[in-house]
Amino acid sequence: MTKQDILKPENLVYQKTKLLTKNVMHYCPGCSHGVIHKLIAEVIDEMGIQNETIGVAPVGCAVFAYNYIDIDWQQAAHGRAPAVATAIKRLLPEKYVFTYQGDGDLAAIGTAETIHACNRGDNIAIFFINNGIYGMTGGQMAPTTLEGMKTVTTPSGRNHEMNGYPLKISDMLALIDGTCYVTRQSVDKLPAVMKAKKAIRKAFENCQLKKGTSVVEFVSTCNTGWGMSPHKANLWMQENMTARYPLGDIKNI
Amino acid sequence: MAKIKGTVVVDTERCKGCDLCVQSCPQSVLELNAKVNSKGYHYSTMVKEDDCIGCTACAMVCPDAVISVYRVKTND
Repeated sequence: MTKQDILKPENLVYQKTKLLTKNVMHYCPGCSHGVIHKLIAEVIDEMGIQNETIGVAPVGCAVFAYNYIDIDWQQAAHGRAPAVATAIKRLLPEKYVFTYQGDGDLAAIGTAETIHACNRGDNIAIFFINNGIYGMTGGQMAPTTLEGMKTVTTPSGRNHEMNGYPLKISDMLALIDGTCYVTRQSVDKLPAVMKAKKAIRKAFENCQLKKGTSVVEFVSTCNTGWGMSPHKANLWMQENMTARYPLGDIKNI
Repeated sequence: MAKIKGTVVVDTERCKGCDLCVQSCPQSVLELNAKVNSKGYHYSTMVKEDDCIGCTACAMVCPDAVISVYRVKTND
């Protein structure tokens, strides 16, 4: 059987979802953002909620998310995405509203907005991309940077006496009564990607069940910021990041 | 016995040559091409076409969604 025999429309098992636009993503080769964008687009497509979904984009590498997923978007000021999402959800309660934020956005400048949105239990989904570094601005230390991890602002490694400890923000959010679903996922391998996709779907479904806020954290890589190849960054993430940020559901009610 | 045969199509112009699909393939079907696309990236390409089982591992981990996967059951 030749390749031409297999290449028939009825044999197609996977292709780029229609919700992803034709624009080439500006992310570095191998960036986790691309996989997560793709999964969110696939879930929205499978649920058939393209016209009912509003995303709130952050400040950071994902600021141009509106160029890539063909849904309605609003771009928020740095860290304020959960506050903007709250407003959208309250004005348009039948819509599926989600935020897409990095660790510099959600866990640093936006800590207050994140915690209070979760405390209000607004029926939104928060997608939190945790790569332990400020990617867009050139690789500075983030609140989630691991101890001993070298960044441009901690050239000899993060030291807790000087810089504090890596912030486990999802564990904090799980303690808040307003959250109904808090989970930590990764997108480095096929099984992890499948689990992450299920978590995204559950977060979207929770938006209409009026149970509270859903938070999906993705332990991700920033191979450029970490100074590694994409594959090595995945291996480093599996070895180091998941030790501090263990994968799995933290809260599911 | 029924065998599963697969194949992939890579959108070479969009591929950024990140190597993640190559590393994720359980059958070592993919490799980065020695040639480059118009942006200068070594794009992913099939080197062992007969070994592909269409498992979609490469396509699922691709950050730029450039891989389409086809799969068919055969009896030969």
